Amino acid sequence: MKLIFEKSRPGTGNQYIPACDTAVYELDASFLREQEAALPEISENDLSRHYSELERRAYGVNNGFYPLGSCTMKYNPKINEAAAALEGFADIHPLQPEDTVRGCRKVLELTEKYLCEITGMDAMTLAPAAGAHGEFTGMMLIRKYHEMRGDSKRNKVIVPDSSHGTNPATGTMNGMQVVSIPSTEDGYVDLEKLREAVNDETAGLMLTNPNTLGLFDKNICEITKIVHEAGGLCYYDGANMNPIMGIVRPGDMGFDCIHLNLHKTFSTPHGGGGPGAGAVGCKEFLAGYLPYDNEITENSCGKVRSFHGSFLVIVKALAYILSLGKEGIPESASMAVLNANYFKALLSEKYTMANEGFCMHEFVMTLEKEQKEYGFSALDIAKGLLDNGIHPPTMYFPLIVHEALMAEPTETESRQTLEEAARIFLDVYDEAMRDPQSMQQKPEKTVVGRPDEVLAARKPVLRWQEEEAEDEV
Amino acid sequence: MGSYLSVNDADRKVMLERLGVSSVMDLYRDVPQDLILDKPLGLPEGKAEMQVGRVMKELAGENRVYGTVFRGAGAYRHYIPAIVDQVAAKETFLTAYTPYQAEISQGVLQSIFEYQTMICELTGMEVSNASVYDGATAAAEAAAMCRDRKKKTVIVSETVNPEVLAVMKTYSWASDNEIVTVPAKDGVTDMDKLLSAAGADTAAVYVQSPNYYGCIEDLEAAAKIAHDAGAKLIAGVQPIAQAILKTPYECGADIAVGEGQPLGLPLSYGGPYLGFMACTKEMMRKLPGRIVGKTADEKGNAAYVLTLQAREQHIRREKASSNICSNEALCALRAAVYMAAMGREGIWEAARQCVSKAHYLQGKLAEAGFERKYSGEFFHEFVTSCPYDTNEVMKVLSDNDILGGLVLDGGEILWCATEMNTKEEIDRMVSLLKEVF
Amino acid sequence: MNTPAELKYTKTHEWISGDGGSCLIGITDYAQDQLGSLVFINLPMEGDELTAGEAFCDVESVKAASDVIAPVSGTVAEVNEELADAPEKLNEDPYGAWICRVEDYTPGEELMDAEAYAAFCEEEQE
Repeated sequence: MKLIFEKSRPGTGNQYIPACDTAVYELDASFLREQEAALPEISENDLSRHYSELERRAYGVNNGFYPLGSCTMKYNPKINEAAAALEGFADIHPLQPEDTVRGCRKVLELTEKYLCEITGMDAMTLAPAAGAHGEFTGMMLIRKYHEMRGDSKRNKVIVPDSSHGTNPATGTMNGMQVVSIPSTEDGYVDLEKLREAVNDETAGLMLTNPNTLGLFDKNICEITKIVHEAGGLCYYDGANMNPIMGIVRPGDMGFDCIHLNLHKTFSTPHGGGGPGAGAVGCKEFLAGYLPYDNEITENSCGKVRSFHGSFLVIVKALAYILSLGKEGIPESASMAVLNANYFKALLSEKYTMANEGFCMHEFVMTLEKEQKEYGFSALDIAKGLLDNGIHPPTMYFPLIVHEALMAEPTETESRQTLEEAARIFLDVYDEAMRDPQSMQQKPEKTVVGRPDEVLAARKPVLRWQEEEAEDEV
Repeated sequence: MGSYLSVNDADRKVMLERLGVSSVMDLYRDVPQDLILDKPLGLPEGKAEMQVGRVMKELAGENRVYGTVFRGAGAYRHYIPAIVDQVAAKETFLTAYTPYQAEISQGVLQSIFEYQTMICELTGMEVSNASVYDGATAAAEAAAMCRDRKKKTVIVSETVNPEVLAVMKTYSWASDNEIVTVPAKDGVTDMDKLLSAAGADTAAVYVQSPNYYGCIEDLEAAAKIAHDAGAKLIAGVQPIAQAILKTPYECGADIAVGEGQPLGLPLSYGGPYLGFMACTKEMMRKLPGRIVGKTADEKGNAAYVLTLQAREQHIRREKASSNICSNEALCALRAAVYMAAMGREGIWEAARQCVSKAHYLQGKLAEAGFERKYSGEFFHEFVTSCPYDTNEVMKVLSDNDILGGLVLDGGEILWCATEMNTKEEIDRMVSLLKEVF
Repeated sequence: MNTPAELKYTKTHEWISGDGGSCLIGITDYAQDQLGSLVFINLPMEGDELTAGEAFCDVESVKAASDVIAPVSGTVAEVNEELADAPEKLNEDPYGAWICRVEDYTPGEELMDAEAYAAFCEEEQE
């Protein structure tokens, strides 16, 4: 498919703004660029078709099953979009006088209040723009807490080796040393290792529960107690909040500070990688350190983003919370768990699970044996699924499971979808067993085959250039 | 109650039977029983879609939408072609995840590749990433790109947007690094002070142009000072202005960052927005966030992939320089559609009208006694004195459906005009001011 | 697997070839094979001080970044800049693709000869 630049023809394009109705002011030539930016020139018809074609070459939740583990690809309700498109939200300047933005303030206040209730926290900020941004913010609160107590020695953050990569990266961004502790074979926190790791330099622990294997750590209260007794605080990575919302609260498990991914748990769309929103909640004793919004507050950790956060994303999350309400939230959580377990049971017929027994919202399969004995990998299965119209599970994560495929069906899939998908997963498995070699050619039905990633990284081509187009001719 | 579940009671029964449990709560057997909530959440009952629509409409109705806007200060009202909303509402773009599976994500990947190219064109830089959260975090990430073990200080001009400075300070505080500010002189960076501030420990200099007060800065002078000190220049730029102004690359900047909101994103009470980041080839491997590259599949078809991933948190973990994993793909999509729709000439025209209308507005305001405070050339914003009580002025304008300029701490007013402001609007506002005061 | 007899090796799969005054450092054939296609090397800088046993540079494949550990202590006198544009040389010719030359060096403990290293790799593979 051609790039938009290759469809560009001088002199085409629609007129969107009228001619200037004031005198034209010419800036001195010394301020001006030498050459105009080579942006496309294209008729609106061709532009429209270009993006329709691009859309056909992409895959979203609307196209089919999307069991991408850890990403909670649930259905994105349309009312959320309608609410965010309201002129009274979309056309509001972020620096309007307070008495003209009462509706916006209410959206923020209501969302904060509801999220506090759902998580068991006392205060919430909606400023962070994403989950990782929320982690950064939350860990700053912990850092600030120790600093305000004059306990400057505490600069170590404990992170299990099964964690999301953002956790250790966040520790580093906060000037902390990361102490990685091994998990038990089942992926739980190893209590003995944790006890050995905590000391008077421990700033805190970052943990997701359910963990990245989709298991709820039953020792959770003991874990938070060990950290607290050593003087550290506990940070909850809310990436896996979906199966427990309305059922168990991080605040009740002993966590002091959390983030939520509104684009996962609260149904705002992922948009091909963003925008998301990452709410950060904390207990009362940390509330004074939260980022400030309009007015600088004395002990605040500062501003983490301009203005008031990803406001329209927050509007969508609020619409979702209002739709589900107090009954719908736990019901959705439990259906996410039921769907995951049902799907796991169906796949267990052929696939080896990293853990036996019930899971929460997601589970991890391992293709380690198949890779060693038959020569096909988790990647091969994933690529085989692509040919069958299914988005594959998350591959090669968590790092503690070899040849991992991590599946999270979410609560919005039907039993029929799960059964149909399971049949495809099992067929692809059979095909791989029959002819492992052929799997390396997969996918075959997609618009392109496996791209050469080594070439992409060795000789990066990161933008279109005219000369290149001529070469290709 | 809207629940969006797809499993009915009969199916639920079948599923539970298959799992050999009688209730979904049996699946929570690992959760300590005393942790399970014993009462419903303190939330309202679920609502039908019609009710949710009403509540949201009521909330939106409590906000004031102004017919005429003369306020910018980091968020700008520009005309958004109708096609931008239409394309951004396409369900697949809306509901896709990060394009990890390249074979079924060529559409998203190609759209980002095109966006990267357009940002390179606007800024003149050689490499762009797929975007970050907003302009302020883009500046903070750019500062982190420049630091190393020996050079830790980043010098920031006081003429930058205060929101950006605040975020840069937060990021620096977190990573135990220092931000030093350099004062303004007549509304632009005091280059003498910048020169004396730059030293061996300077990692980078950050200057915004047009700056917070609308003035066009001498980026070339700033680049020279930075480079002479062995530091990098980070230029904060306004994307519409960039259609006509000298590019950061031409000025010698190593990194260009900015707020992409003017490129087809509504004001939205401040978000979601779009941080763009572009740099020289030399700094490419330090650029944070997602980057899309062009390669080929086995048959030689052009194919796009996320590339240079070994820089990122999911691989480097604690050794990554940033924890960012998202980009603002849907916002970047909007920006790309906006730039393609407006086109080479359309953006140039929008930029020229911004300059023209802002200068017309400035002249008219001067007639009404609002004197311009600084002497240097400006793009589409400028600061004036206010001969009257600022609250009164803003109230009169507001009563007439006009959002006036932003009142600064010193009682001056920061005005903005774009192609959206007609001559008639400007004349009407100024005669109103003359009439009332 | 190729393990030239004239080189010394580390347990972290670097090789050194020394002539008394200075030595060359690189990664072994076994290392490049385990790492897969390398796409980038973060080279050290001339003048960097190396400490035996500590990371001094890293190499990237598409899906991983791996530290290269200094087999000796000393000062980097020369860097093989060619690798910046052609990291594939690390795969194609690991013993020709030296990373840097180190002067005034002190070897770290536990350097192995070719035979011992070959045995060590075999063990590790199992």
